Amino acid sequence: MSKSALNKLKDTDLTTSEHGQAVGLSLDEFERAVKLIGRVPNKVELGCIGAMWSEHCSYKSSRVHLKRLPSAGPRVLVGPGENAGVVDVEPGNPQGWAVAFKVESHNHPSYIEPYQGAATGVGGILRDVFTMGARPIAAMNLLRFGRVAHPKTPSLVDGVVRGIGGYGNCFGVPTVYSSAEFDAAYDGNVLVNAFALGVLRKDRIWKGNASGVGNPVMYVGAKTGRDGIHGATMASDSFSAGKESERPTVQVGDPFKEKLLVEACLELFERGAELLVGIQDMGAAGLTSSLFEMASRAGSGVVIDLDQVPARETGMTAYELMLSESQERMVLVAQAGKDDDVRAIFHKWDLDCTTIGTVSDDGVVRLRKDGVEVCVLPATPLADEAPRYERPFTAPARPEPLTRVDVQALKKNPIQIVLDVLLSPSTAPKTWIYKQYDREVGAGTLMDGTHAAAALVRIPETQIAVALALCCNSRQCSLDPHEGAVRAVVEGVARISAVGAVAVGVTDCLNYGSPLVPEQMGQLAAGVDGIAHACRVLEVPVVSGNVSLYNQTDDQSVLPTPAVGVVGVVDDLATVAPAMPLKAGDVLIRIGAPPTSLEGSFALWGKVGRKGALPVLDLAATSILCGFVRDLRRGGHVLDARPTLLGGLAQCLFDFARCADLSARATLPVDEDFFASFLGEERLCFVVAVDNQGVFDVQRRCADAGIASAVLGALGVSSSFRLQDSGGDVVFDRPFQKLVDDAEAVVPDLIASGRRRSA
Amino acid sequence: MTVVVVTFPGSNCDRDCITAVVEGAHGAALRVFHKEHELPETTTAVILPGGFSFGDYLRCGAMAARSNLMPAIQRFVDAGGPVVGICNGFQILCEAGVLPGALLRNRDGRFHCEEVELEVSGDSPLLVAYQRNENIVLPIAHGEGNYFADDDTIALLERERRIAFRYVARDEQGHGAINGAKKAIAGVVGGPQRNVIGLMPHPERRSLDLHGADDGMPLLEALLSYSEHRRHS
Repeated sequence: MSKSALNKLKDTDLTTSEHGQAVGLSLDEFERAVKLIGRVPNKVELGCIGAMWSEHCSYKSSRVHLKRLPSAGPRVLVGPGENAGVVDVEPGNPQGWAVAFKVESHNHPSYIEPYQGAATGVGGILRDVFTMGARPIAAMNLLRFGRVAHPKTPSLVDGVVRGIGGYGNCFGVPTVYSSAEFDAAYDGNVLVNAFALGVLRKDRIWKGNASGVGNPVMYVGAKTGRDGIHGATMASDSFSAGKESERPTVQVGDPFKEKLLVEACLELFERGAELLVGIQDMGAAGLTSSLFEMASRAGSGVVIDLDQVPARETGMTAYELMLSESQERMVLVAQAGKDDDVRAIFHKWDLDCTTIGTVSDDGVVRLRKDGVEVCVLPATPLADEAPRYERPFTAPARPEPLTRVDVQALKKNPIQIVLDVLLSPSTAPKTWIYKQYDREVGAGTLMDGTHAAAALVRIPETQIAVALALCCNSRQCSLDPHEGAVRAVVEGVARISAVGAVAVGVTDCLNYGSPLVPEQMGQLAAGVDGIAHACRVLEVPVVSGNVSLYNQTDDQSVLPTPAVGVVGVVDDLATVAPAMPLKAGDVLIRIGAPPTSLEGSFALWGKVGRKGALPVLDLAATSILCGFVRDLRRGGHVLDARPTLLGGLAQCLFDFARCADLSARATLPVDEDFFASFLGEERLCFVVAVDNQGVFDVQRRCADAGIASAVLGALGVSSSFRLQDSGGDVVFDRPFQKLVDDAEAVVPDLIASGRRRSA
Repeated sequence: MTVVVVTFPGSNCDRDCITAVVEGAHGAALRVFHKEHELPETTTAVILPGGFSFGDYLRCGAMAARSNLMPAIQRFVDAGGPVVGICNGFQILCEAGVLPGALLRNRDGRFHCEEVELEVSGDSPLLVAYQRNENIVLPIAHGEGNYFADDDTIALLERERRIAFRYVARDEQGHGAINGAKKAIAGVVGGPQRNVIGLMPHPERRSLDLHGADDGMPLLEALLSYSEHRRHS
């Protein structure tokens, strides 16, 4: 049945299972709902049930898997299930600092309307974080676009980047890290994952609880309009050609309003429990999910008069008010009698703040509109007893390993193969993107993704900094969903280790295809296992996250992309070498044993079919290596460090050189294979830059720790970027500045090509 | 002695400016909300911080320029009090008529966050801590930093040495290469005693040890020492 039949119903008209389909409920689910409430739901109730039981809100296909993720740990203050996870930054100090963070997807809206889709993705995740009582101090994003030659790619890149910048810059959060890659698998379904992190005092964490019978339920922020109705349902469905017609369902963001909201909320939090009981933002499924979740968490109910909800348009029905996903809105429960004090704070910031109801004790969400009761639903069953499915899945088939023939073909033209890696849109510098993000607002940014392996941001007015990176090698995940997910965690930990930080928490955004396709469900299951395994061995808990399924268009699924955000702490800035510019003559040392094959490497992607058997990474050894590099990075002679990741050692050296604005020259130690060592990605190493006097010291420390090291070369000794094999023969040699200019031009050229095409 | 940092709705560098004054320059700073009608009596200097006051809706700086506090700031300027407007603060000073000209959308229509090289070129007591014609590096972060004024105004600014900062990177016509600013103007001097500076780059982002450079400090220090000097004279 189409949505139009549902649209014809009035709020209190009773529904059928066919109407249920229009809000995304299967026949079974509709019957389950009828049984649960003991009668047939009316239209408003059906809308609430459909939204609460959508994949987006209920995680009904993924929940059985998610519980395998390790979420406990001595630093965990708030784990999964709240608006964001909270991790202790200063154990031992009861009033010390904590960080709240989470990553969330906004894939479908961003494909339909790139600017607003991406902007509201940023807005939503910022609200999730400040709802906990935290002031946002850093944002990141992970973006996956289709191939460069696809006609939609340039405008999608342009719109998404403008949207992220437009929202974050105005709100005033520095966007310090961005992972942007391109692959044909995302032609019809881009990924836009937004991460935010905020700081708060650990004794002042707020949660979405509607407790205390008689306490007022208040609505604050923007007015409710008809935008985004059924967004949660849209996010829980596949794409097909012509989905652009869904554009009206994409919400419109107002970062200025959100800025006012954060300042007002932080003022309210300062006043503490004297005024406030609980607070929650209105995200997916709008007022519905906020009211049901807040009541459910507290085991209470609420009585709401929908006529009091500030509406942007006249004549809005109860159904529309409950399901609108208008942005920049919050629900809070205040202490009885404190309505006026709360209102005064929001009015100072020129924001609407209205009492819309009260907390009750019967566990029921009651909604009135025009004096008529339009919804009577139990809170907890809807929030917690959503259907859960153990969808059938098949374990992913392991791809074949590379053959001699595959590798030999590649080796015929080593210059081209290195150039292909260095000048690919996925590895190319993202300067064009970063420049559109304010990376320094807050004046606390020590490092960002333009020049460092991870971002490093100071907690205001302290000597503590937070390190962060958001990672996924989607290609390795497509070859081996389990091992790829392990490596997404490892990449994040390696990156933050490279800037001297200790990993304290993980958040993940699991982007997969359809849960109804056993192979794709199998990728999700394997991905969760991979993250769980890596997080256990590396002893870092998963404290928040999000699942995005149905990332497919007309049966073409995206590469499995579990985006892993890793957060680390540097507890004393003085221990991290200050940002000293690298200079000519600084020595490049590889730390860790080099790869010995090209399995799973970017250099071969798209050149040998779906081949490449990633070996199981030795996590214990990798963990030791990361810790070792972290200690090296803290003080002493090590000026900078980077892990070898996408594109292997060659890319790592080039990034070093490009960021230092100095050419590099590297020669392999004896008995190494040029291709495996420079382009292999089957295991992780680091490259560190060391001042001349420190080389012996670093090598001795490596030897003492039993960790392999090799002096590869130096920065700035000539004007060419040169890679030499074990025999000292020059295999790759290019004028450095030309190479940098070509690499820097890749992303701007991509955008320009789109403009030419549309002209 | 108090440096007042004004918070408009949408200001997002107000805290950064306070940190720069307190932690960087060891001065005292106070946030004052735009709805006030008077500056505190202890005010010795004023910073209008960066951000998106009133969302940059209508025109950047337009609504902030008409907020309650602006007449008091104008009186402070007229009395020779030192005022610095950074980024959105510069836009507000232009909209309020305290400084000449206007800031238009960047020529390429995009937001730019990057380090720029600047030439310190004007005469003002707030610039004394820089060497004349010294080149410094500060970050910009704006979508609307394309300075515009009519030719007579530009000629006057040049003649009176009231171009505080110029972008070193210029196009063939001598305009700012990144945003198109006329004559590469990045900052302007105004006020009866050259006591006002508006600039697009962010000195507060180069004022602390963690920034790895302190090219913004001389401006902040001059703001403090000029206040001190005025107090004693």
